[in-house]
Amino acid sequence: MRKLLYKMPESLSGKEFTYCPGCHHGIVHRLVAEVIDELGIREKTLVVAPIGCSVFAYQFFNMDGTIAAHGRAPAVATGMKRARPDLYVFTYQGDGDLAAIGTAEIMHAANRGEKITTIFINNAIYGMTGGQMAPTTLLGMKTTTTPYGRDAQKDGYPMHMCEFLKEAKGVAYLARTKVTTPQDVEKTKKAIKKAFLAQIKGIGFGMVEVLSTCPTNWGMDPISAMKWLEEKMVPEYPLGIFVDKVGDEK
Amino acid sequence: MEKVMVKGTEAIGEAAIRAGCRHFFGYPITPQSELPEYMSKRLPEVGGVFLQTESEVATVNMLYGAACTGTRVMTSTSSPGFSLMMEGVSYMACAQLPAVFVNVVRGGPGLGDIQPAQGDYWQATKGGGHGDYKLIVLAPSTVQEAVDLTVLAFDLADKYRTPTLILADGLLGQMMEPVTFPEFRDLSTLPDHSSWAMTGAKDREPHIITSFDIDPYILEKMNLELVEKYKEIEKNEVRWEEFMTEDAEIVITAFGTVARIAKSVVEMARKDGIKVGLFRPITVWPYPYEPLKKLTEKVDLFFDVEMNMGQMLEDVKLAIGDKKPVAFYSRMGGVVPTPTEIYEALKKEIGRRV
Ligand SMILES: Cc1ncc(C[n+]2csc(CCOP(=O)(O)OP(=O)(O)O)c2C)c(N)n1
Ligand code: SF4
Ligand SMILES: [Mg+2]
Repeated sequence: MRKLLYKMPESLSGKEFTYCPGCHHGIVHRLVAEVIDELGIREKTLVVAPIGCSVFAYQFFNMDGTIAAHGRAPAVATGMKRARPDLYVFTYQGDGDLAAIGTAEIMHAANRGEKITTIFINNAIYGMTGGQMAPTTLLGMKTTTTPYGRDAQKDGYPMHMCEFLKEAKGVAYLARTKVTTPQDVEKTKKAIKKAFLAQIKGIGFGMVEVLSTCPTNWGMDPISAMKWLEEKMVPEYPLGIFVDKVGDEK
Repeated sequence: MEKVMVKGTEAIGEAAIRAGCRHFFGYPITPQSELPEYMSKRLPEVGGVFLQTESEVATVNMLYGAACTGTRVMTSTSSPGFSLMMEGVSYMACAQLPAVFVNVVRGGPGLGDIQPAQGDYWQATKGGGHGDYKLIVLAPSTVQEAVDLTVLAFDLADKYRTPTLILADGLLGQMMEPVTFPEFRDLSTLPDHSSWAMTGAKDREPHIITSFDIDPYILEKMNLELVEKYKEIEKNEVRWEEFMTEDAEIVITAFGTVARIAKSVVEMARKDGIKVGLFRPITVWPYPYEPLKKLTEKVDLFFDVEMNMGQMLEDVKLAIGDKKPVAFYSRMGGVVPTPTEIYEALKKEIGRRV
């Protein structure tokens, strides 16, 4: 007997990812695609890609898609959802996109309880532009614009978006996860599913922040990057479910 | 059809609804807040969506999103707000997304003031945002025309898949005039965007809408497609009005509300036996260069009047070249010139030339 163990999710286009080896963007793409497949909503889902390394997300997902201006994906998604409440809309954003230039848009979309889903990739760096400081960069961390390490006095502190957003009444689901172990991958997938269910059930805004690696701009090999994420990022950004109004499945 | 007295801003709002617009996103700013206020009351009555946004930056991106789904969508703002929208407008022009913007221009630059002005002409017609793009720009001079051009703006935006701008000013926005509204558009007769809009990839390939390609040769192709489209628009959509130009020896050039003031100047001059006419562009992009150029055959002097430092003046001179002299009169900062002061300036100009 032959059993199918692995298959490309229908929600992925099959186009080869352009991400660096060891980059977590690809893992999260796959999880999002699996969730959309399992929910059976691919044909009714719109993807809003950001400006950042995942700018090509619209090519990787097999569904109608666009690219929002840097940071504005939640506004674009709001426009779509308000025009077509019968469709499902998700944004996929990096930490520069969501937590710096787009802070106002994510705060207000969440606070309005927009029925959209946001996948937030926190890799503590500006990946696409070559490793500059992100709002999520850790204290002391060296980047191309913090060559002496991030200094709280000068550069401020790492931004905790989940902790800010959990106060917003419009948020229906909010979690921070990682994808460094198979268990974490499973947990992240569950969280993504709930963030979509928050939208599908019309409860409100859903977001999953995934702590992710950027081996290229961290200047590490993929294994060291995973270790660094565990050792440095997790203590700064505690994992967990911050808001869950979705309840248990079924 | 029945005439009703309405304010310019509200007339634009009602006209948009009649044109089939059911989505309005906007952020308050004087002197146009009556328009979002009107829409917030009116849109729910017709099953539409009004959303007060967190900023003009969010606004334009919400328009982008709504337009991606192929729905008719609009916003209105005033000068500083339109400046904030420029990045998104550029994205929409490149992504070929139809939407209607209203800029009720106020005094500038900077915070300026809240009085009527025309200082955003360059921003509207020469770019404003980054990259090679154009907006169709309509400049109404009466409330009735604001109604008619609002409907036209939606049709042109859809026809050419391009953002379209109504360039108004505080005077027109606040003015009450009797107008006739068009019938309500049957929504099922609106243009079909199913070939490109994001509506869910069911039984078809995904629809992708972007203003992006990493390959310069492909992006250049996208640029050329826009260039072709703009040529089409220049060929088909130039609109203007001429008032008493048949025998005119002097022609005033003016747009928007200044043009209606200039009409009074024409009448004052005619009473004194001076043969003055008015040339008024209705589309300030595409600009009516050819019809204006044609007037040089019989006109001795052109007199451009604006509420800015001479922005349309550049287009007037482009049309006229060195064929005939072009004089200029303006007020700025939100000061509206009176017919008498324009007439006095015109007479001085004539005196200088005899
Ligand atoms: C208005 C604007 N400002 C700046 C940029 C340049 N830019 C492109 S991507 C990026 C940072 C992206 O970083 P992040 O969101 O963390 O995504 P990552 O690449 O790390 O996944 C910046 C600053 C831009 N495209 N648009
Ligand atoms: S630069 Fe970093 S975030 Fe971008 S693809 Fe490479 S590893 Fe991933
Ligand atoms: Mg990043």
